[in-house]
Amino acid sequence: MERPHLVMVGNGMAGVRTIEELLKAAPDRYRITIFGAEPHPNYNRILLSPVLAGEMDFDDIVLNPLGWYHDHGITLHAGRRIVRIDRARRRVIADDGSEALYDRLLLATGSVPFVLPVPGNDLPGVIAYRDIADTERMIEAAATHRHAVVIGGGLLGLEAANGLRARGMDVTVVHVCAWLLERQLDEVAGRMLQQSLEQRGLKFLLEKHTEALLAGESGRVAAVRFRDGMQIPADLVVMAAGIRPNTALADAAGIHCNRGIVVDDTMQTYDPKIYAVGECVAHRGTVYGLVAPLFEQAKVAANHLAQHGVGRYAGSVTATKLKVTGIDLFSAGDFSGGNGCEEIVLNDAAGGVYKRLLLRENRVVGGVMYGDTADGAWYFQLLKERRDISDIRARLLLGQGARGDLGHQGQNRAAAMPEDAEVCGCNGISKGTIVRAIKEKGLFTLDDVKKHTRAASSCGSCAGLCEQILASTLGGAYTPVAALKKLVCGCSDYSHDEVRRAIREQRLISIPEIMAFLEWKTPNGCDKCRPALNYYLISTWPQLAKDDPQSRFVNERVHANIQKDGTFSVVPRMWGGLTSPSELRAIAGVAEKYGVPTVKITGGARIDLLGIAKDALPLVWADLNAAGMVSGHAYGKSIRTVKTCVGAEHCRFGTQHSMAMGVKLERMLFDMYAPHKVKLAVSGCPRNCAEAGIKDVGVIGVDSGYEIYVAGNGGIKTEVAQFLCKVPDDDAVLGHAGAFLQLYREEGHYLERTCHFVARVGLDYVKRRVVEDADNRAQLHQRLLDALRDRPDPWAERVAGAARHEFEPLHA
Amino acid sequence: MENWTRVCALEDIPRLGSRVLLHRDPDEGEIAIALFRTQGEVFALRNRCPHRGGPLADGIVHDRHVSCPLHGLKLNLASGEAVAPDTGCVRTYPVRVEQGLVHLRLG
Ligand code: SRM
Ligand SMILES: Cc1cc2nc3c(=O)[nH]c(=O)nc-3n(C[C@H](O)[C@H](O)[C@H](O)COP(=O)(O)OP(=O)(O)OC[C@H]3O[C@@H](n4cnc5c(N)ncnc54)[C@H](O)[C@@H]3O)c2cc1C
Ligand code: SF4
Ligand code: FES
Repeated sequence: MERPHLVMVGNGMAGVRTIEELLKAAPDRYRITIFGAEPHPNYNRILLSPVLAGEMDFDDIVLNPLGWYHDHGITLHAGRRIVRIDRARRRVIADDGSEALYDRLLLATGSVPFVLPVPGNDLPGVIAYRDIADTERMIEAAATHRHAVVIGGGLLGLEAANGLRARGMDVTVVHVCAWLLERQLDEVAGRMLQQSLEQRGLKFLLEKHTEALLAGESGRVAAVRFRDGMQIPADLVVMAAGIRPNTALADAAGIHCNRGIVVDDTMQTYDPKIYAVGECVAHRGTVYGLVAPLFEQAKVAANHLAQHGVGRYAGSVTATKLKVTGIDLFSAGDFSGGNGCEEIVLNDAAGGVYKRLLLRENRVVGGVMYGDTADGAWYFQLLKERRDISDIRARLLLGQGARGDLGHQGQNRAAAMPEDAEVCGCNGISKGTIVRAIKEKGLFTLDDVKKHTRAASSCGSCAGLCEQILASTLGGAYTPVAALKKLVCGCSDYSHDEVRRAIREQRLISIPEIMAFLEWKTPNGCDKCRPALNYYLISTWPQLAKDDPQSRFVNERVHANIQKDGTFSVVPRMWGGLTSPSELRAIAGVAEKYGVPTVKITGGARIDLLGIAKDALPLVWADLNAAGMVSGHAYGKSIRTVKTCVGAEHCRFGTQHSMAMGVKLERMLFDMYAPHKVKLAVSGCPRNCAEAGIKDVGVIGVDSGYEIYVAGNGGIKTEVAQFLCKVPDDDAVLGHAGAFLQLYREEGHYLERTCHFVARVGLDYVKRRVVEDADNRAQLHQRLLDALRDRPDPWAERVAGAARHEFEPLHA
Repeated sequence: MENWTRVCALEDIPRLGSRVLLHRDPDEGEIAIALFRTQGEVFALRNRCPHRGGPLADGIVHDRHVSCPLHGLKLNLASGEAVAPDTGCVRTYPVRVEQGLVHLRLG
């Protein structure tokens, strides 16, 4: 049987992205034909500005070369415009008379520039700025003419003006409003922008209404006249006064349009055979003009074309950046103020830095930044996540860097970094390599960068830097991570919370059940989602769900930490950091008996035996078990260590018995798995020798009891733990720490440390659930104890023969 | 059956899992081969990631792929080739499963 035929009209950014997503989701479902009015393969329209400015060539901005269409069996009719849709017979007709029958039609016709309805708007020398042909005409005009007038002081107009100026023209920007970019900037930032553009030689005429374009002797445009009578010379007039969704074709075919082609949340038009994406579309009354939201639409449309039928497009919040090299500008959300908004403003006119954030109910609702936009992505993330910022409000304007950032020499100014500066310290990737990949491979998101360069794919601490590099390379076209719903991974369209909810509400108890119910797109997931699903199952149904070893990372499967040469390290538990002569003797014995190459004290205050062959692990464990030692879980998303200081047991300052307290905590938490690893510390007095201030749970003894701190982190980004509450005695410490950790276990996203979890849900929420509500605290604590009751030592189980296939090779 | 060596029963390899097979190769000496079992097939690959030699048998198996445990490189089990944008390739061995027994052509 022949495959159904999918025809797409419009070979632009949103449309082709939809086809790419469709090929990923259902590679063979359709025969695909594309009609594009432009005689080119799909290119990166947003990079027309660098082409105009002479920073790039057309070849640099092609996203899908002709070979791509060929390789995917797509028939491309480039240079053919569709002039009619015949819905009754399900066919489209092109300007050269050719036709194609469709089973599904995808409209992606983009926008048409808005041309001012003034006399002379059709003269030679009057150009709109939309495609490569326009760009080439502008480049040509710049080579032969002198005076350019750009009508429109929006993003497009300013980029055009900057490009023409770079090509040596004398450029005047005409704008009807009182300041530039009035839709993106407030007045202060608009004026600062104008000043720096003036310093680069651009001229501005604000609050001017164009009345007519006047022809010269040659018949070409020669001047612009305004309503107030003023007249200026112009050999080139660029219309950048806005765009209109290109709905003519759909309209004529009787498809319901209202500003744009009206689509529902699945990107379907009123004709169920016809889908639409991109700038031509009106979704819930909104038309988008930036690629980030269009790419989200593409994903949803592809999902439905693939007949997975799960994705929903719910609209987007957008952020913009101006792509004029050397000018730093960022805006997002609502910045008009009013009704209950509070503002925080930093205005350093001399230094050329302006930042204004708008808050409502302790949440960022909008922001404008000029001169220093390094934190734009971070603010945008706070905005999208609707994160409660009360705890960081005092430092908010100082940016993310003010919150402690080791590891990259505090480097958080991507634009200023030299090309050869190392961005990803884990994989040795330089800024230049990333910039090249972004340009040459047409990358838009952090995820793309991770896949293509490996940068930010290991420890992730350079993710912010990579996002900045994306932002400064692509301008507003980059899709901040925060703008995307945080999916578990590419195998599904669901977020962590949605998956957790489905597991709970639908009583799903195995990975195949989850995948069936949520219509996973891959047969059995991937190395990202399976470990997450496995964790969600065993933490939601501790008695019911069966652990799936094949969905665990090797470390958790074999209960040791894999090393670079494929050997493993073994860290026996030392409860509260305490050990004994007999344990030390056993460790020494093992080290000698099995020729362990390295014995080391860890940063977690215990002993690591490094470089043990996999098949020797059960033997090593057997000897350690015999001396009473069990797994230290130094390898798992699990309880790691409870560090203690000597405390009141010995120390002259100690107020509480920190060692005993630490041992109780560690025993309570033995074999506890969590979204990420969990570390605790107990200090006997505020001198805090156990470093409780950077632990997931830190306990500090004081004369009248204990102070409990949560959500600290000493790793990639140092986070100081936050004060949770003060309690009188050991039992209360166990109750509060246990309840907090159970809350994290039940509601944390996989691979989210407690510091990220608390940042997401807010410390107030945690206090409400754990401190203020005693019943709930008791229940949480009880659920933790139930889940952990009588957990066996995983090493002993393996010594007794469990999972033998892992440790015993076959021979042939 | 020319050149086919029986190496184990299908049950010896966990579903969506792997098993290491040590083999004395006439040229290379003792080498490790990773046997993978997917939903319905068995594959055999040299147990050495083209990136930095990671033991592939310790990776997570999904669909017809394995992700290397060290730095996450993804390999196609059938072809032994890395999935784009990664590059690299590892030797594969023909496999035959008959009556629940796994045979390899090691030559
Ligand atoms: C062995 C040890 C280093 C040492 O020799 O001292 C160690 C070794 C590793 N750490 Fe660590 N960390 C060790 C203490 C720490 C500490 C200090 C501490 O625990 O007090 C920290 C900072 C504190 C913290 O976590 O908040 C630490 C922060 C990290 C991080 C960053 C975590 C973060 O959330 O930012 C990672 C990466 C990760 O987990 O994703 C990491 C990951 C790793 C891994 C497991 C990397 C891996 O996945 O293979 C390392 C294994 C090396 C190997 O070859 O076996 N290690 N690591 C320490 C074991 C402690 C223990 O007894 O269990
Ligand atoms: C100079 C410039 C700079 C920009 N900078 C940014 C930026 O920094 N950040 C950002 O996010 N966005 C930017 N944009 C906007 C971004 O390019 C668009 O949002 C995006 O290209 C829209 O994608 P689309 O597929 O909807 O439309 P398009 O990419 O315009 O594609 C539509 C295609 O359909 C074709 N077509 C129309 N009608 C027919 C027909 N009847 N038959 C056949 N083909 C037809 C058109 O010729 C066109 O090729 C910029 C745009 C321009 C022009
Ligand atoms: S500083 Fe305090 S807790 Fe630390 S050892 Fe000294 S007395 Fe004990
Ligand atoms: S060794 Fe396999 S990914 Fe690095």
